[in-house]
Amino acid sequence: MTVATSAYSDARRPGIVVRFLASKFVAVSVVVLVILAIWYVGAVFLNANAQRLADQRDGVTPTWIEFVEATWSQSKPRLPAPHQVAEEIYRTTVLTKPTSANSLIYNSWVTLSSTLLGFAIGTALGIGLATLVVHVRSLDRSLMPWIVSSQTIPILAIAPMIIVVLAAIGLTGLLPKALISTYLSFFPVTVGMVKGLRSPEPIHLDLLRTYSASRGQVFLKLRWPASLPFLFVSMKVAIAAALVGAIVGELPTGAVAGLGARLLGGSYYGLTQQMWAALVAASVMAGILIGIVGLAERLVVRGMGAPR
Amino acid sequence: MAVAAAAADEHGRGAGGPVIDIRGLSLTFMTRDGPVEALSGINLEVARGEFVSLIGPSGCGKTTLLRVIADLEKPSVGSITVNGVSPQEAREKRAYGYIFQAPALYPWRNIARNVALPLEIMGLPKEERRRRITSNLDLVNLTGFERKFPWQLSGGMQQRASIARALAVEPGLLLMDEPFGALDEIVRDHLNEQLLALWAKTNKTVVFVTHSIPEAVFLSTEIVVMSPRPGRIHDVIRSTLPRERNLDIRETPEFLKIAHRVRDGLRAGHSYDD
Repeated sequence: MTVATSAYSDARRPGIVVRFLASKFVAVSVVVLVILAIWYVGAVFLNANAQRLADQRDGVTPTWIEFVEATWSQSKPRLPAPHQVAEEIYRTTVLTKPTSANSLIYNSWVTLSSTLLGFAIGTALGIGLATLVVHVRSLDRSLMPWIVSSQTIPILAIAPMIIVVLAAIGLTGLLPKALISTYLSFFPVTVGMVKGLRSPEPIHLDLLRTYSASRGQVFLKLRWPASLPFLFVSMKVAIAAALVGAIVGELPTGAVAGLGARLLGGSYYGLTQQMWAALVAASVMAGILIGIVGLAERLVVRGMGAPR
Repeated sequence: MAVAAAAADEHGRGAGGPVIDIRGLSLTFMTRDGPVEALSGINLEVARGEFVSLIGPSGCGKTTLLRVIADLEKPSVGSITVNGVSPQEAREKRAYGYIFQAPALYPWRNIARNVALPLEIMGLPKEERRRRITSNLDLVNLTGFERKFPWQLSGGMQQRASIARALAVEPGLLLMDEPFGALDEIVRDHLNEQLLALWAKTNKTVVFVTHSIPEAVFLSTEIVVMSPRPGRIHDVIRSTLPRERNLDIRETPEFLKIAHRVRDGLRAGHSYDD
């Protein structure tokens, strides 16, 4: 009997090779490898013209292998190869002191601090606006159209004005930049929370009415906990938007530090490696931030007794 | 409460005025398709300690009537008092416990904290809250399930938890809106028996909405038969069954006689037309 059972389970259970090939690790790795391959091929084509001109100037006729290698190691390539970007990241993180203005860590921190401040203000503002909209009928009709139309204005157009206006009233430094993040991040939180605070079923609201609960109690005991899943979804969108806002806020304002400043500086001097390194840093940061929000969500949801 | 029950007269009516007194009550809903008369000319008295069932087909306004008693709907015409005051005052004094068709438990609260919900709103101290949670969960046989979340419980257990939540307010009046309608026959029989035992133990007044004839006859001291379009009271039947009953009573000629009269009432109210 035991033998039969083990034979059965052996037949059912895929071998280690099959399981490895089906794993998430392999799936992700394959996608990464495909992207890298496309990137390398793209680098050859995009940098080929400049390489040909340089070869003509120098009077050399490389073999095609030498030619391909040369397109991957230009000092100012149109599209740097992945290993060039990796070298740049290594140079500006490990080999540069974190306090230096050239350090990617330092510049990331500048952007991160304004992202977090803007996100915090934006989330608080979004929750506050949603609470007002849900509780005051006239605000639902008067405020909501303005909230929606605020997002139709291109942030790139309004960002310099925000900086200039705030500088005129004496606000400079971190806050004006953070407010651009706020401008982008309050919107998803407002919309998500309006929906979330309205998500309780009529029967749950009726129940509180039979207890003659006050509006404050209805908010605390029902609307707020019911809205939390909506809050976390909108916070994930909002934190990514806040990061975009912080970078965009650094672009037109002549900021001297931050990932936006690195992008701008890189485009001035044709330092594409620097730009790509800043882009990679921004996307890694976005991934980590969304991951942190997701982790917080999981902790809260577990505390609220959701099925695991 | 015990004294009031002892002083009950031959009709089982308790001392003092009626718990619910409804006179000439009508309710018209304004819908997009024009006014809909949900209740028309309702007169009803519910004495203390009674178990009154409202029975009728869907659309006869039985749930609406219960919601009017609970001050979840306002009547258009007529008068209604609950414990001698308006439904709104009664609601503000938390005079009744309302049990909905669905358990309406908050999914993010465990069973103990669901029962605690009304107690938190009433602002009771922690010790008193704990006492009421323990005693009322015990009353519905849910001791040991305090830390479970609603999704971990069966439908019948969830509805029992919602009954414990209503009882925790310690109201004299229970308003129950088809509380067992979504449960299967076996669970339903079981809960009916438990509900009767609970009613006998706590001596509360119950208004119970149902569309099941056996359920109404088995539970009630008084059965109010309603008819639809507009919702009105067709017949009020006093039960001749003893207050103490078990499920076997459903086989007795007495029970079948009452059930027959309820069925006749429903038929005469044109309830079976469509």
